Amino acid sequence: MKIKINGKEVKVKEGETILEVAKRNDLHIPTLCFHSDVKISASCRICIVSANGNLVTACSTKVCEGMEVITNSLEIDKARKTNLELLFSQHQEECYDCIWNLNCKMLDLAKEFDARINIFEDRKSSYPIYHFGSSLEFDSSKCIDCRNCIDICKKQGVEFLDLQENGNLMETVPSEKENRDCVYCGQCIVHCPAGSFEAVGEFEKTKKPLKEKNKTLIFQIAPAVRATIGEEFGLPYGFPSMEKLVTCLKEIGGDKVFDVSIGADFTTVEESKELLERVEENRLPMLTSCCPAWVKFIEFYYPEFIPNLTTVKSPHIILGGLVKKHLAQKIGVLESEVTVISVMPCVAKKEEIEREQIKIGNLKPVDYVMTTREVARFFKNKKIDFKNAKNSPADNPFGDPSSSGVSYGTSGGVMSSAFFNISGEEAEFKEERKGLKVAKVNYNGNELRLAVVHGLGNAKKVLEELKEDPLKYHYVEAMACYGGCIGGGGQSVPMNEEIRKKRKEGLCLSGEDKKVKKAKDNPIINSTYEDFLKDEEVIKEICHTSYKKKEKSFIRKTNQKGENEN
Amino acid sequence: MDNIIEKIRKENLLGRSGSMFPVCLKWESVKNSDQKERYVICNASEGEVETFKDYYILKNHKEDVIEGINLAIKEMEAKRGYIYLNASYFDEFGKELQEFCGEKIKVIKKRGGYIGGEETSVIEAIEGNVPEPRIKPPFPSQVGLWGLPTLVNNVETLYCVAKINKGEYEGERFFSIFGDAPNKGVFVFPKDISVRELLEKTNNIPSFDYFVQVGGGGGGDIMLPSEIDCTINSLGSVIIYNKEIDKYQLMKKWANFFLEGNCDKCTPCREGLYRIMEMIEEEDFDEIEKMFFVMQKTSLCPLGVVAVKPFKTLLEKIIYKENENKN
Repeated sequence: MKIKINGKEVKVKEGETILEVAKRNDLHIPTLCFHSDVKISASCRICIVSANGNLVTACSTKVCEGMEVITNSLEIDKARKTNLELLFSQHQEECYDCIWNLNCKMLDLAKEFDARINIFEDRKSSYPIYHFGSSLEFDSSKCIDCRNCIDICKKQGVEFLDLQENGNLMETVPSEKENRDCVYCGQCIVHCPAGSFEAVGEFEKTKKPLKEKNKTLIFQIAPAVRATIGEEFGLPYGFPSMEKLVTCLKEIGGDKVFDVSIGADFTTVEESKELLERVEENRLPMLTSCCPAWVKFIEFYYPEFIPNLTTVKSPHIILGGLVKKHLAQKIGVLESEVTVISVMPCVAKKEEIEREQIKIGNLKPVDYVMTTREVARFFKNKKIDFKNAKNSPADNPFGDPSSSGVSYGTSGGVMSSAFFNISGEEAEFKEERKGLKVAKVNYNGNELRLAVVHGLGNAKKVLEELKEDPLKYHYVEAMACYGGCIGGGGQSVPMNEEIRKKRKEGLCLSGEDKKVKKAKDNPIINSTYEDFLKDEEVIKEICHTSYKKKEKSFIRKTNQKGENEN
Repeated sequence: MDNIIEKIRKENLLGRSGSMFPVCLKWESVKNSDQKERYVICNASEGEVETFKDYYILKNHKEDVIEGINLAIKEMEAKRGYIYLNASYFDEFGKELQEFCGEKIKVIKKRGGYIGGEETSVIEAIEGNVPEPRIKPPFPSQVGLWGLPTLVNNVETLYCVAKINKGEYEGERFFSIFGDAPNKGVFVFPKDISVRELLEKTNNIPSFDYFVQVGGGGGGDIMLPSEIDCTINSLGSVIIYNKEIDKYQLMKKWANFFLEGNCDKCTPCREGLYRIMEMIEEEDFDEIEKMFFVMQKTSLCPLGVVAVKPFKTLLEKIIYKENENKN
């Protein structure tokens, strides 16, 4: 089939949209609400082109034989410009405090089409801000009603974001239904083109921990961050940046910088033990628990599966505990004088560190969570030249993880680490359906069915399968975000399938040069078990936690000044 | 003997929702589909302001409407039929209508505002979703209810089909005349009657200075008395206004109607209407042409296109001229 774009004949396939054809032919059509992860809503009306003389949206219009498409004309420009001005008329700009950090599609479009972004008064300037736990904020004054957040929340199986009638207008709001709650995955953040969602404290609160004088400041870097933070500084997607990140964190005052991948090695060792115990005791299936959004999803939506969650704490919580309870003594500081900041790809981790069940006595293992975006913003504010920073290794004793530990940053990493750790073999996974891969392995004469799932909507289907057949899978790794933590809600924007793929490749590269492959072969793991994690009591305190059925949380609503409205 | 589709084609029956789309083409499209499971929907959502022709037809000629639906079900070999009924009509006679229809046809109460009557919104509503328009194409005749070929026809269209089938159709049409009309009501006349004749024959030429709105009390065009020697190529509805009416109030009424009735999904319709309301309140129309332009040219569904018509025609034909005279 052939069509003409701007007078030039191009070959097309049936079912393709004009936008797809244009992309394939390197023709620029501006888009705003279009995102390859969500269904096409064609609501913003920016990708307007002319097809056979009619203005249509390129994202939603399928090509047909002989179609004549024009992507640029005075009429098209006028339509795009006016629609853009209307989008800006509802969006309250707060560009200095936006996750897009001026690298925003709306502003780019405004420049491209000379849009007068303040021609109308902002319709939503007095709209409220909703606060979801310690993790997320939704500033509805910035919302441009594209509803991508509602769609991705639905795709996640959470359905917390909803449409509600407000006077004459249908608006995006957090659901008031008792059986709906936010699990803090943060996918709304990375799929909103208008910066309406952000992590709590992003970016106002990031300076606080760094002002605390007389404290030993420990940064610990999550596996996935090393393959993503470079993007913020013009490095290619997936560029392995761990060593640059260490240098820069030292520059802003970090006394020591550790690698959470080592925490992951501890998680692997403990989780392997638990798996074997559970196999022995017939307490299967076992579900991973290092993703806090997944944990909240279980605690709220599927509490019947709480006994199946592994009791092992997530890697940064274990490492934080080891830093405060073990390392502090070794280096001669009081645990109260240590501040641990986790650099995370995730906003749910902000809520996780507040959980009562992870405390060691009264001690919080981790004091602050900063997302990839927050750390990047901090460097930018401090004019730190990340791109050209020299390479420094992470500090000992928690600086040299196994390659398994690094792989925690992507979907499948936890599962393969654990299985590799117990068997010394790599499990062979087959893609069962989108977002789910499955392996059947033999361990000590038993068949173990392993499942790796990413995206909460996909994980929900696995839970439904387990409800039907509790032993359909014996061990399930679930990550709330697409692709695992490399696609986390705390990561840089933009984000899509292509970008996640490159990040994953970069993360694999980061793990390749590690001398130790298996978690239990890591010397620091062994010496820590010998020196500190000696008896079950200590192991339990540092490495294990518990879970509880969750009720719907209170959604605080404030006005633009921050005063409570409910 | 001709089959029903041929008969409809010969009569050149056009959709009586005001779409003026050839009915035989819709029927053919559903009938020729490869999908065997099909549906028929009688759209009785009648949401236009001060327009009651479908109400009148359902009250007085429901036998013919049901016969039309059954003819469609038979011709399409459809699994079942639905009547998607205006909520207040449903409260008034929905139960009675359901009893009359039998099991093959289900009467469903309309949800949502004016947009809830747009054919793809109707389908969304029947499926239990938010009544919002779908992106077209695909059209309902290809991918409709539950993703299957679906015929959606207006009440009056299906009434005409029954009449055509019996050989009783004489090209008649139902006209709803309201507003400040001296003799309000629903009247039956030949479909090509001019607006002027229609008003004359129904004793509705007012004694006061007036203008009319043709095609619905929301989305109809404003016409001056000098312009009414034409036939109606949209919805069979005429509203008469006393020329002394507060035209800004009238525009606010329209703006409210569309703000309430639209789905707020696409930018031009949602924000354009909001700004139009603001411009009416401020009596400042410098930017309104641009709103009209994006609503007419880039809205997701026909509502944005229709919504422009009353404002544009009232402003151009009356308000701008009055303002010029004042200056």
